[in-house]
Amino acid sequence: MRFLFKTDYEDEIKLFPHSGYVVSYGILLALLLIAPYVLSSYLMSQLVFVCIYATVGVALLILTGFTGQASLGHAAFLAIGAYTAAYLQKYNVPFPAYFLAAGLLTGIIGAMVGFPALRLTGIYLVIATISFALIVEEILARWESVTNGNEGMRVKTLSLLGVAVPRDSPTFYYLCLAVLVLTIVGTLNLLRSPTGRAFVAIRDSETAARSMGVNVALYKVKSFAISAAITGFAGVLFAHKLSFISPEMFTLQLSIEFIIVILIGGTFSLHGAVLGAIFIVMIDPFLTYLKDDMPGIIAGISATFGASPATAGNIQSNVAAFASLNGLKGAIYGIIIVLFVLFEPLGLYGRWLKIKLFFQLFPLYKRATFKRQKIYVKSERNR
Amino acid sequence: MLDFVQQLVSGVALGCVYGLIALGFVLVYKATEVVNFAQGDLMMLGGFFAFTFIGMMGLNYWIGFAGAVAAMALFGMLAERVVVRPILGYPQFSIIMATIGLGYFLRSVAGMIWGTDDLKIETPFSQGVLRMGSLVLAYDKLSVIAATIILCTLLYLFFNKTMLGTAMRASSENMLAAYYMGIPVKRVVSVVWAISAAVATCAGVLLAPITFIHSNVGLVLGLKAFPAAVLGGFGSIPGAVVGGVLIGVIESMAGFYLPEGWKDVAPYVVLLTVLLLKPEGLFGLQLRKKV
Repeated sequence: MRFLFKTDYEDEIKLFPHSGYVVSYGILLALLLIAPYVLSSYLMSQLVFVCIYATVGVALLILTGFTGQASLGHAAFLAIGAYTAAYLQKYNVPFPAYFLAAGLLTGIIGAMVGFPALRLTGIYLVIATISFALIVEEILARWESVTNGNEGMRVKTLSLLGVAVPRDSPTFYYLCLAVLVLTIVGTLNLLRSPTGRAFVAIRDSETAARSMGVNVALYKVKSFAISAAITGFAGVLFAHKLSFISPEMFTLQLSIEFIIVILIGGTFSLHGAVLGAIFIVMIDPFLTYLKDDMPGIIAGISATFGASPATAGNIQSNVAAFASLNGLKGAIYGIIIVLFVLFEPLGLYGRWLKIKLFFQLFPLYKRATFKRQKIYVKSERNR
Repeated sequence: MLDFVQQLVSGVALGCVYGLIALGFVLVYKATEVVNFAQGDLMMLGGFFAFTFIGMMGLNYWIGFAGAVAAMALFGMLAERVVVRPILGYPQFSIIMATIGLGYFLRSVAGMIWGTDDLKIETPFSQGVLRMGSLVLAYDKLSVIAATIILCTLLYLFFNKTMLGTAMRASSENMLAAYYMGIPVKRVVSVVWAISAAVATCAGVLLAPITFIHSNVGLVLGLKAFPAAVLGGFGSIPGAVVGGVLIGVIESMAGFYLPEGWKDVAPYVVLLTVLLLKPEGLFGLQLRKKV
């Protein structure tokens, strides 16, 4: 076990607390860089989605995880970013310009959402962000001169400095990866700056933060703006990846998916956004795999346990019928959310920390280390 | 003028359905400070139960109705026991997510069992209209309004006049203190979920003749019931119904008088405006934070 002796505030806020971090993240980055030459094109495509979802996850973490402001409207920010890109592209604006413009516009709109949100907490904020997202969705469907309404918009191939970057090319993947890495590094730096500390202070107790001299209103708006801007950047990449956008892609369902990303990953660390994104994006191929292979496997297992071939075949067809049921994905989503909230509230990254600590402290690990406090006394209405 | 009254009545009828769903939100929120995002889906499930009893098994409408309400009350208790009780006391956000997950699950399972078609329940009010001069009012809409008034009154009396209602209000203020006072908080919460599922079922069955029952009806209407509950100030029973009626009337007026597209947005625009001007809603209590 490694002991870190901190003698200075500088030690406390280091990006890499010890050399192990540099090595492990270096290896991870190297693996990600050679991924296009190793993985199949389908997996690469999924990896691009992981990058985009993780970027949104990081944005949402800034707002929900670190500032404590829940949002169920991030699909709307993604949509604004995507539509800005698609619209500006029609007028031959170069990629870097509309990329930045999308981020800027979404950031401004995010700040505008942040202002009314100043007075709202808890459930009211959730409902206000849902309302915002629904209004944006309707505007996208109705403002036909700009958004082409429900017919949707085609997004042309990305061209970076005069070179075409098709959405399946390794270059596009590198672009998404670069955006994700820059976002993560930027966010880490933000979180160890006074602004980030103020965010965390607001999350933990607004009153305490205010009495310590934190301008709560200013930092809440900042948090909204930053979170929205990052989501806007991700929206541009999202539009290019899909090459076609329409209002029904940016529904409440997508907002909930983003929340699930950070919920499953863990809301207290940026690792959570990446782990959650991997989980959410990979659930689709996994379900397809289940649908295709699982009936055969289960039949094989039951055959080895002595079921007659007829029974095994029966089981196989039953499982196949179950796996191809409509809406199985939704049910699995629902169960996953409930199970995570009930049994793993710290998310996948929390589980990783627990496993790590178990081996570090072996045999002294105690479950209670990660137990959350239940509060029955305080009513959220009086907060 | 006639058009206006006609729109007003259908708006009020629709609003009463929103109000009934919102009532479910408010009940659960009042007693446990949990916001149940699956309330609309409980309504949907109640509608499907009623359809099974009345449409498929051919029971009498009233017996089927009562059966569906009883079954859903049990289901509400089950949902509370499995999903909500283990996380009571945790931050509100976890509970919101858990109920969102529950909603997902219920929608998908209902879609698997009853299919994705629109289903219709035959009710005694399905046919027939009340004519007042040149004004034509359908019985199914009037039945919704009447049922809402009855349910709302009953619940209001229940919460303010009975022991159990008082116990519920106490446990919503401060669970621990209520527990010390000898209130069986767990059982109280369980009963609240049963009541709110039963109210949701009433909404679902009454709604069936107006909009059909399908697996997504809960999501669609649940999202409209939120503005209703917020408008009335979460935690006020009359507020929920008044908020629901307001949202229903706004929606139906916007659909009639404003250009296309406003119908779906107007409730949310109103909601955001209200939240901006009066964040605690129309009937909400102004609470101050003690430090």
